[in-house]
Amino acid sequence: MSAPKDIVLKGGQLFFVRVLVFLSLVFGLRYVEWRWFSSLNMSQWWISIALVAAETYSLVDGLLFGMAMWRSGYRKKPEPLNRPATVDVMITTYNEPIDLVMKTARTAKAITYPHTTYLLDDGKREELRELALAEGFGYITRGEEWVNRPLHAKAGNLNNALMVTSGEFLLILDADQLPEPNILDETLGYFNDPKVALVQTPQIFWNVKEKDVLGSQAPLFYGPIMRGKDGWNAAFFCGSNAILRREALMQLALTGYVQDVATVLKETLRGSKKVVKQARKQAAGSPSLAAALQEISAAARDARRAVRRGTSLAEVTYEFQRRVRAASRGTIHDDLVQMRRDLESLGDVGAAASLALLEREDAIVSRLSELDASPLQALTSLKEMVDTFDVGRAHEGQPLMPLATISVTEDMATAMRIHALGWKSVYHDHLLAHGMAPEDLGSALQQRLRWAQGTLQVMLRENPLVKRGLSLAQRLMYFATMWNYLSGFANFVFVAAPVAYLVFNERPVHAYSTVFLLHLLPYIICNQGMFMLISWKRGQKNIPTWRGQQYSFALFPLWIRAAFTTVANVYFGRPLGFVVTPKTREETSTGQMLKLVWPQIATMGILLLSTIIGMVKLYLGIAPSIEGTWLNVVWVAIDVLWMSVVFRAASYRGFEAPAP
Amino acid sequence: MTTFASTTTGSTLVVRPEGRLDLVAAPELREIVAKSIAGGVVNVVVDLAEVDFLDSSGLGALVTGLKSTRQAGGNLRIARAPEQALIVLDLTMMQQVLFPYPSVEEALEAP
Repeated sequence: MSAPKDIVLKGGQLFFVRVLVFLSLVFGLRYVEWRWFSSLNMSQWWISIALVAAETYSLVDGLLFGMAMWRSGYRKKPEPLNRPATVDVMITTYNEPIDLVMKTARTAKAITYPHTTYLLDDGKREELRELALAEGFGYITRGEEWVNRPLHAKAGNLNNALMVTSGEFLLILDADQLPEPNILDETLGYFNDPKVALVQTPQIFWNVKEKDVLGSQAPLFYGPIMRGKDGWNAAFFCGSNAILRREALMQLALTGYVQDVATVLKETLRGSKKVVKQARKQAAGSPSLAAALQEISAAARDARRAVRRGTSLAEVTYEFQRRVRAASRGTIHDDLVQMRRDLESLGDVGAAASLALLEREDAIVSRLSELDASPLQALTSLKEMVDTFDVGRAHEGQPLMPLATISVTEDMATAMRIHALGWKSVYHDHLLAHGMAPEDLGSALQQRLRWAQGTLQVMLRENPLVKRGLSLAQRLMYFATMWNYLSGFANFVFVAAPVAYLVFNERPVHAYSTVFLLHLLPYIICNQGMFMLISWKRGQKNIPTWRGQQYSFALFPLWIRAAFTTVANVYFGRPLGFVVTPKTREETSTGQMLKLVWPQIATMGILLLSTIIGMVKLYLGIAPSIEGTWLNVVWVAIDVLWMSVVFRAASYRGFEAPAP
Repeated sequence: MTTFASTTTGSTLVVRPEGRLDLVAAPELREIVAKSIAGGVVNVVVDLAEVDFLDSSGLGALVTGLKSTRQAGGNLRIARAPEQALIVLDLTMMQQVLFPYPSVEEALEAP
């Protein structure tokens, strides 16, 4: 597969990045090979295996990153859109302050390309409705059909709005994202290519100081990484500041609907034998029912055959339900026959009632089956089976769900499905909207947790490595992001290893010596060299990648929590504990904030204690080796330095500056 | 799951089904009435207040009960039928033989 032709993949910088990616690959494989086959200290196998596994994890992570960097180029600016098009600007909100939402709406109104601006208010706030209508914005909330059905958060909000709007393209904005007037003029041109379904632009936050204590900015992601994914036609939707083609979303909704119906139908038919057997037990001793069950069983068998032959699902379900209805009428008829027999023994009044029943039998049978007063309704398992044959997706708020609802990060899941249908995406690396980041540690952690959980939900529910329709490169690019969120386990091992050495004399590596450094250093140098090179922009400040790397490490307890809660959610139906990221400052003390990062504080305490123990051992001459102790002490120092960011983050009190 | 609470008031058995009076529950109601007759209590009042749903089999069981109590020289009456049951009774014109009394007392005192 070649890169999209309007991406420029030339220049000295990219050449040297590729050289370093290649060298990282060579040295990295050499190091890991040496670690697995020549340096394992199997007398302490548990820590040895854990450490080498963590190192292998990191190598894979690095290689996937390198793959993105291989094609991290720059897009040419597109021609303007070659025809007029209709655009809906959709601002999603739930509980953000009304002033903030209205400010975003007014800024969106000022977008120069003709468009309609809608407020999608999942908070159903009357005040917002009045303000929106007074200023000429569309205002959309959920209707009755969503009551007692899963709301699917932001994905549901957008899906609801998609059914009542009609713009050819959609610009999606979070409630805090203030768009530039030229956001559509700059991006719509990409859709001249009829296969392009998505254009994502960066998300940068204006309420973050340069030091970015909470690590909110993601300059590495909204820069080299997304450009690299774009190079493999795998740039994904990041929830806001993106333009989508409605046609692609609707195609997604329709294929999703048909697949879902087919899956449910096939599962139901597969289980129908069991259901009929159960129903027989439940209604033992009723001969008329036995006949009805016989007929339903035959209907299910014929439906299974019809599905195998490829008969349309609508026809199969219609025919099945027709036969069930007929069987159900049969049982009512039998009940009425029995009733007439009973009535006739009751003298004149009874005989008259019996006659009346006979005369109006057809009407009675139809009415009773319409009222669901057929005896078959009594058999719960059977009733459920017949209900699932309903092609109306009665369990959902609406049958068509364009945005994926399998994950709390609907954006990534949706993009992956769009790619699987053969559509293209674009990453437009020019800042066209300015948003707000969480302003306290609690909100920032919640946001990070949600991203990790959502990404892992997609990994467990629709793994890109096996999903049909994706190219190999797309599989790897999606998987890279998921793999990255598993780093908590590896980093736990990296923290535990020096403790094991300094306190318990456990040596995972045979030789902490020059041999070790000779194998490790070339990889580290190439890898860090690549990082420096991609962060470098001619005539500009370097991209600050350090804060992001620091958080990726320091939040290891959060990533581990994300992994466990997501597995519990996907396989055991437990709640994720997910809340919408607050956008206002919450009044919380530093002490309260520090409680949120107790695992990091405890880890730092253990690391410092281990260092003291290690140094005492060295002084007493009972350390396993002098170089080993020093190497581990340096290792601990780096760990603590990286994790110490949590103290500054806990005392961070937001940003005081005017909005742009 | 439908449950049946029964109390005997004087010479009358009051049965109070709770839940769905349908195909699954009908045999039990038949049996309760048959036992009552066998034990000499031939007057039965079925209090339908707690019945969520009545289907043709449930109605069939009531008619069977009516027949067997009458044959034993007694009677079966129904009381406090909820909306859905009234619709079914109305549709089948069964009020002629199974008059829905507004209360258990009235059903008990009716001639």
